[in-house]
Amino acid sequence: MGRYVARRLLLTIPVLIGASFLIFAMVYALPGDPIRALAGDRPLSAAVQAQLRAEYNLDDPLWLQYIKYVGDLVQGDFGTDFSGRDVSETIFQRLPVTAKLALAAVIFEAVIGLVAGILAGIRRGSFFDNLVLISTTLIVSIPVFVLGFVAQFAFGLKLGLFPTSGIGDGWYSYVLPGLVLASLSLAYVARLTRTSLAENLRQDYVRTARAKGLKPSVVIGKHTLRNSMIPVVTFIGADIGALMGGAIVTESIFNIPGLGRAVYDAVLRQEGAVVVGIVTLFVFFYIFFNLLVDVLYALLDPRIRYD
Amino acid sequence: MTDNRPDAARRAGELGNAPEPIGDRSGTVQRTDEWADTTLEAKSAGPEIGEASLWSDAWRSLRRNPFFLIGSVLLVVFLVMAVFPQLFTNADPRDCDLARSAQGPSAAAWFGYDVQGCDYYSNVVYGARISVAIGFLSMLGTLVIGVVVGALAGYYGGWIDSVLARITDIFYGLPLILGAFILLAVLPERGVLEVSLALIVFGWMTAMRLVRSTVVSVKEADYVQAARALGASTPRILLRHILPNAIAPVLVYSTIFIGTLIAAEATLTFLGIGLQLPEISWGLQINSAQNRLRDAAHLIFFPSVFLSLTVLSFILIGDALRDALDPKLR
Repeated sequence: MGRYVARRLLLTIPVLIGASFLIFAMVYALPGDPIRALAGDRPLSAAVQAQLRAEYNLDDPLWLQYIKYVGDLVQGDFGTDFSGRDVSETIFQRLPVTAKLALAAVIFEAVIGLVAGILAGIRRGSFFDNLVLISTTLIVSIPVFVLGFVAQFAFGLKLGLFPTSGIGDGWYSYVLPGLVLASLSLAYVARLTRTSLAENLRQDYVRTARAKGLKPSVVIGKHTLRNSMIPVVTFIGADIGALMGGAIVTESIFNIPGLGRAVYDAVLRQEGAVVVGIVTLFVFFYIFFNLLVDVLYALLDPRIRYD
Repeated sequence: MTDNRPDAARRAGELGNAPEPIGDRSGTVQRTDEWADTTLEAKSAGPEIGEASLWSDAWRSLRRNPFFLIGSVLLVVFLVMAVFPQLFTNADPRDCDLARSAQGPSAAAWFGYDVQGCDYYSNVVYGARISVAIGFLSMLGTLVIGVVVGALAGYYGGWIDSVLARITDIFYGLPLILGAFILLAVLPERGVLEVSLALIVFGWMTAMRLVRSTVVSVKEADYVQAARALGASTPRILLRHILPNAIAPVLVYSTIFIGTLIAAEATLTFLGIGLQLPEISWGLQINSAQNRLRDAAHLIFFPSVFLSLTVLSFILIGDALRDALDPKLR
């Protein structure tokens, strides 16, 4: 097990480096002169410009800039934005917001997705099963930003149940955005649970359990669910990382000051350091949760051992 | 050889169902993968005489599937709308009059008027073209890259496979919307080609993994070795004997993926980084109406419905195709 984890950790290093270089190279190619943008309306003297260029390594070739950036990064220095503020400060300020949003989404995803999937999977072909099938198909067909408007319009404006923007109301303001962010994954979880449960219910051990007279609740709750949950749990776990990176749309619609919103603003303002820092963090989370899930996989399923 | 084939294919199918190599699992938890859920068995796609083939069986079950029929009708409507929008409306989408800005639906204008006072129905109808074009264009692009890279990685294995798999992992780390968002910000112009390019660059990975795993599962099959022993060249083995096995899973996946791509384009355009005015597109329409949710909700409603129905048509067809092509579900 330890050796497996070590090997996986080693394998993530080139991926992390490659992904951050990819982002760095794209941002490096952002149009416009960052120094000019920094200066604003008042033109800077040539000497000041040269000094700033040297300070931000702007005259170095791409690869050298990247190496210097990573050198700073491993020491915890994410660089500064145009106003001289540390990018790490922005990250520390906004990470909790995005984390709360992702957590709310994962809770919705797990609870609603699992319940719907289990109820549908127990009785395939029933009315409820078809309802779940049709509604999940509809949910994945509606783009997230459209779903965001529908939710804002219906629950926020018409019914007045939830706040439609900002995070002024504490946890309560995360309900609607969390639900919207979770919608796509929720549909996957419901479908995955349904398929997995229905497949397991056909297994011999389930017939045996029934034949020896166990109550249906025990057959499903104790025997079948445990086996059916393995793919679902791994999906949900790995999805945490994806949800954080996917928050850019939800945070824009609901005006939530999280990391996704920060990337959105930074791309439009062409603040390279902020974009690279936060997106690299997203990639890191994505890889981290995937790794965590792979390890969890072995713990959950005794049939799988990586040694 | 013909005798050998069903057996080889069956064996290949079993291999295809074996748990994937651990390093690759990270990809299968990606959303598109789960949805496509292509546990399709690798099947020989060769023509069989006198007996039911996979495709004729599939066609028979498709014709009876109501979801497939609904999806097909929707798709045909939107395809015709994309190619001949004049068939649906006589109004000129660019004939605008500010005096009727944001008026609601009426008998004269079914969908009302937009902020500029243009007939909204004709605008929404003309919006189909660009969505469908980008959907197909970027799907073709992802398929080309996916098939080429996946076939190379799967067939040659070894260090080529390792390198290509790592590169795929790198792109997987960036979500489609986020990656395309940054790439588009870098590009000086943002038209149909640029948006498609951005979607291709960050969208080819699942097709690659699908093709790679099919190639790996059949490349040692008896009939492939027979072809090799008979002196068939590598391209011939790949194109004639190995890649046809990937047709079914790739078809299912790419049908659903077109829907994802169309939604992604609308999202990028909505965020202001995709298509730009004066292009007529659903994403732009929703974008310019987003602050009018309170007083002119119809401006968001109509393009959203058209957009969602287009995505839905691809998902319905893709789902039905998967059910029809997967013999296990019968």
